[in-house]
Amino acid sequence: MELTIYHYLLLSTILFSLGIIGVLTRRNILIILMSVELMLNSANLLLIAFSHYIQNATGMIFVLFTMTVAAAEVGVGLAIIVTIFRNKETIDVGKMNLLKW
Amino acid sequence: MSLWLTAIVFIPTVGALLMLLVPSGNSKALRTTAFMIMLVDFFVSLPLYWAYDPSNASFQFVERASWIETFNIHYYLGLDGISLLLVLLTTFLGPIVVLGSSGITKSLKGYFACMLLLQTGMLGTFLALDLFLFYVFWEVMLIPMYFLIGIWGGIERIYAAVKFFIYTMVGSLLMLVGILWIYFHSGNTFDYTQIMAQATSSGGLFTPQAQLWLFAAFALAFAIKVPMFPFHTWLPDAHVQAPTAGSVILAGVLLKMGTYGFIRFAMPMFPAGVEFFQPLMLTLAVIGIIYGAMVSIVQPDMKKLVAYSSVSHLGFVMLGLFALTPQAVTGAVIQMVNHGLSTGALFLLVGVVYDRRHTRMIKDYGGIAKVMPLYAAVFMIVMLSSVGLPGLNGFIGEFMILVGTYSTSPVAAILGATGVILAAIYLLWMYRRVFFGELVHKENEGLKDLKPAEWASLIPLLIFIVWIGVYPMTFLGKMATSINHFLQNFDFIRPMAGL
Amino acid sequence: MQYAVLLILFPLIGVIINGFFGRKLPEKVVGWLASLLIGASFVVALSLAVQLAGIPSDVATEPAHGGHADAMHEDVIHAESTHDAGAVAAEELSHDSHEPAATEVHGEVESHEAMVDAHGEAEAQDVHGGCEGCEVSHPSVNVRHSRWLEIPVFTWIHVGDLDLGFTILVDPLSVVMMLVVTGISFLIHIYSIGYMAGDPRFRLFFVYLNLFVFFMLILVSGNSFPVLFIGWEGVGLCSYLLIGFWWGDMSKATAGMKAFIVNRIGDFGMLVAMFLLFHHLGTLTFQGVFEGAAAKWGADIGAPAITAITLMLLMGATGKSAQIPLYVWLPDAMAGPTPVSALIHAATMVTAGVYMIARSSVLFALAPAGMTTVAVVGALTAIFAATIGIKQFDIKKVLAYSTVSQLGYMVMACGVGAFTAGIFHLMTHAFFKALLFLGSGAVIHTMHGALHHVHDHHTDPQDMRNMGGLKKYIPLTYWLFVVATLAIAGIPGFSGFFSKDKILEMAFMMGTAEGLNPGNFLPYALGLIAAVITAFYMFRLVYLTFHGDYKGPKGSAEGLHESPPVMTMPLVVLAFLAVVGGYVGLPRVLSHVNHFENWLYPVFAPANRILDVVAHQVHAIPPGQAFHAFPHPEPWLEWVLIGVSVVAALVGISIAFTMYIKKGLVGEPDEKQAGFGKVLWQKYYIDEVYDALVIRPLIGICRFSWRIIDAAIIDGGMVLGTAKAVHWVGGGLRRVQTGVVSNYALMLVAGVLLVLVLFMFR
Repeated sequence: MELTIYHYLLLSTILFSLGIIGVLTRRNILIILMSVELMLNSANLLLIAFSHYIQNATGMIFVLFTMTVAAAEVGVGLAIIVTIFRNKETIDVGKMNLLKW
Repeated sequence: MSLWLTAIVFIPTVGALLMLLVPSGNSKALRTTAFMIMLVDFFVSLPLYWAYDPSNASFQFVERASWIETFNIHYYLGLDGISLLLVLLTTFLGPIVVLGSSGITKSLKGYFACMLLLQTGMLGTFLALDLFLFYVFWEVMLIPMYFLIGIWGGIERIYAAVKFFIYTMVGSLLMLVGILWIYFHSGNTFDYTQIMAQATSSGGLFTPQAQLWLFAAFALAFAIKVPMFPFHTWLPDAHVQAPTAGSVILAGVLLKMGTYGFIRFAMPMFPAGVEFFQPLMLTLAVIGIIYGAMVSIVQPDMKKLVAYSSVSHLGFVMLGLFALTPQAVTGAVIQMVNHGLSTGALFLLVGVVYDRRHTRMIKDYGGIAKVMPLYAAVFMIVMLSSVGLPGLNGFIGEFMILVGTYSTSPVAAILGATGVILAAIYLLWMYRRVFFGELVHKENEGLKDLKPAEWASLIPLLIFIVWIGVYPMTFLGKMATSINHFLQNFDFIRPMAGL
Repeated sequence: MQYAVLLILFPLIGVIINGFFGRKLPEKVVGWLASLLIGASFVVALSLAVQLAGIPSDVATEPAHGGHADAMHEDVIHAESTHDAGAVAAEELSHDSHEPAATEVHGEVESHEAMVDAHGEAEAQDVHGGCEGCEVSHPSVNVRHSRWLEIPVFTWIHVGDLDLGFTILVDPLSVVMMLVVTGISFLIHIYSIGYMAGDPRFRLFFVYLNLFVFFMLILVSGNSFPVLFIGWEGVGLCSYLLIGFWWGDMSKATAGMKAFIVNRIGDFGMLVAMFLLFHHLGTLTFQGVFEGAAAKWGADIGAPAITAITLMLLMGATGKSAQIPLYVWLPDAMAGPTPVSALIHAATMVTAGVYMIARSSVLFALAPAGMTTVAVVGALTAIFAATIGIKQFDIKKVLAYSTVSQLGYMVMACGVGAFTAGIFHLMTHAFFKALLFLGSGAVIHTMHGALHHVHDHHTDPQDMRNMGGLKKYIPLTYWLFVVATLAIAGIPGFSGFFSKDKILEMAFMMGTAEGLNPGNFLPYALGLIAAVITAFYMFRLVYLTFHGDYKGPKGSAEGLHESPPVMTMPLVVLAFLAVVGGYVGLPRVLSHVNHFENWLYPVFAPANRILDVVAHQVHAIPPGQAFHAFPHPEPWLEWVLIGVSVVAALVGISIAFTMYIKKGLVGEPDEKQAGFGKVLWQKYYIDEVYDALVIRPLIGICRFSWRIIDAAIIDGGMVLGTAKAVHWVGGGLRRVQTGVVSNYALMLVAGVLLVLVLFMFR
């Protein structure tokens, strides 16, 4: 069976959906962060797939950028989470509603 | 192309910048500087009176330069017989309000800067002939006035300032929509003369249906500013809370923006709208006259009384404008000037006792003609001018408006004339309670009569109050052509039979 | 004639000099300066009169002796009527006839016969028609005559068709008014120097007085309604200022305010009348209006428009001339200093309404309903005010109601078409009423001094119940006062008699003219009864004040003394005028020429011509019956009428004599008032009625407008309601902002899905 662009599309959709479900359903902020990474990577996957498909390197270059940014983002995100945990002793998003109306 | 009008508009702005160089602590220097700037502006604008050619109906001293080319926006100023008087009124009141600011001590620098910027905004509004430019000046006026009320006002100043701001803003946003609509339907131009040329050409620029909506959008903005009944409730609050000079400017010039907007933009651009709304506007004007006067009668606060009387007087102006006869419209324009002089003077006069006693309540006075005889005399003259006594300015305006209105709508004229009776009631009754009788309050025994600065601010007003009453031709002669030109737009409207 | 401007300028100069620079001047200088300037105005007026008299009149005057009114009409009216059914008695009224002699020819017999021959209306018109079969033309009136001089000063308002010049009109009527105004003012100015001596605001008093004369002269000399209106409102202002001259007393300030506001209600009528005139005729100058009105409504007499105009003018007159229903301000106006009462509220300003009606005679003539209303209002006012006068004790109040009553006479005169008689009474009334007021001022002055003498500050120096027997203390004042009283009571030989008799005669003849309908005699009957009452209350006043015993506080009689010469001299002059003033207009049976009538003839000729036409048009005349519009009575009838008037006066006087001299009645104190007498004493409670029916409801509506409509509905409901609605909606929407990240994410996803769905099913 030949791998077509559709397989990549399907895979990345599944990954993206998993990510969304993770973000929406989990309360642990770490897991939410990981789900966000999952969504990001599904997008990366798609970029590479299309890049290969239309024979244009731009997509791959973008992925490199995205990975870099994602790494930085994870760094900042984890730092914030650590700070929150130090202050509130919890990383449950349901209990973080400081910005409520 | 001279830069005369530009100079008139922006001398106050330059002055406001100059004010920054004057040390904040030196209040005398600040007052003098502000006064001198206003005076210079007045003397720069004064020769316009003689330079203006009353036989020419088109705009004069026109200045036109590209401003924002992408959107075809121009810096476009011009003057005709109607704006001539209003510009002169504005620059004339400038030095007077500076003199009338003697009660202000808080951050004078900012105060005068606001005053000067306001002056630019007002003059610009009267002179702008590009709709976009007009809108800019229109909004520019709002901000200094907002601060004048909000910072230097009375106890409820924040409430009054916010109310004033939001109320005016609501109207002007609708007008902005209207302006944009015109822009997109007139081949992308904001140019007043081009729009008018298209509007009056055969076929016309706008369909009658569109004119109704546009007129409504513009009219709302202007009606709020006038203020017409029932959009007037911001006025008493703003007047009562504003400092004396703010009230003078507000009554003297700012309210004229509304009526000027009607006569310059809303009415000539949308004659079909005028035809449709004429009965409504006449009705509201008459209600304004009677209602404003009746509410004035029972006011316990002098400033509020004068504020409501403005509603009544501006009702006369609106009546005159929508009567669409030469006498009525001329009367309306001269009444704008009259109201600026008389009501401005009334606010100054109320300010005089307010500065001394810090109360505006009628019941806190009584019999003060005994201690302030000259003040009482000046108040009497101004009051009579406001009442419309023949021989003083108020009568000229009211008489011409009503005489002219009768041909359009007898009922409106007759009902409007009852405002003359009511005006006598509220002003004379107030005068009697404030000035006549025994001196009942001990605090009033030490009241000092008018000071030189107060005289200096009142005498020019008194001169014009008498002048316009005795020899109005000085002013009427300048606007005849412009008003005939204005009325040509409405030749198709027949008199309202039976109303 | 350009110097006529000086007439108005002199008082203005007085205002300026005394007003701006008078502070440093001593009292005497201020007073005499003001007085002499008015004197100078009087000289100007006199010179104008002489000059005007020098111009030969181009209007034929009335037949000198016993002629019928119709006689004159025949030569001045060229009725060019046809026999068309319903054709108006259309006339070419322009009087191109320059043959005064022609009028003399038409004797009473001749015209009488002509009338007898007339059968039916058409024929009756034929009598007047000099030119049978000519084309029907509107009656056009040529107001302008050789003695109608207009002196333009400057252009006042000129916008579109509205062209108003500030122009002085010199014609016989305005000259009469100028002379009366300046003459009386001059005397009263001098009197005031004595009366107001020592008042802390002496200077201001004279400034106001001069200002008053200035406006009054504008009023009588304006050539258009708006210029008249300047003066009209200007004198109202001065009246306001002078009534409230001693404003330290709140009741006086209130009286001034009341005068101004009530007058404003009348002025509203004037304004509306001007709107109507301008709307229909496109002009507001007298000449233009009268000629235009005659041309427009001459063929349509009594049209709604002209009736409305006249009623509105009448409204103006009821305000200024204190007629029912707007008379209420005048009695209160007595709060002002007495010279003011004499000058403004008796002699001059209050007659402005009469002047205005007489000036607009052409308009009123065109509106029979308006004329009738004028007559009825005048007659009712005359009797109504007279009855109130019976029970007043304040000496000035009696005179005030008497003024209202006499003004009623004048208005009634105009209403019955006797414009000349109205102006005649205006003039004689000015003399004797000024004298009465100044005399009462002298009495009050004396009483004041007497009370001051014993340090009594509670007794009212104006209450007649505190006077009595003053005859022996102030004999000169007494005799002068009696002269004026005889004049107002209508005793033959005094000026009031001639003018009052003339009015009653004309009222009577109007009754006969309209076909012996008893209702038509109403003005005459009311006028006659009022004459009886007038005689009664005036003699009551004299008896209570000057006869009997002095009832003032003990010891105060020593303080009673005659006023200084500066006050009594003007009284003497006025007394002289009050006697001889009537001899310029003697009744027909006594004299060949009525100078006053001849003098005013050109002014009222157009109106009289129209009235004549109207009379023929309105009243169908049975065949064979002679008809006269406003005929002069036969000599025997005139004698009878004179006799009736004299008897009326004598009856009133004898009742007063019986009550107050024979029975020695004195005024009963306030608490003893009862019955109908109390109603009269309380002036029919009219002030209370107005207060309950007009003032309180008005204030109530005003309060309602403010508190409910403005504060609650518009501001509270609409404006703040909008603000509250925004606040409420925002308050609800902000709940969406939970602060929980997951919720935001959910919304994000939901949004994305929504967009997707929209894209897919587009």
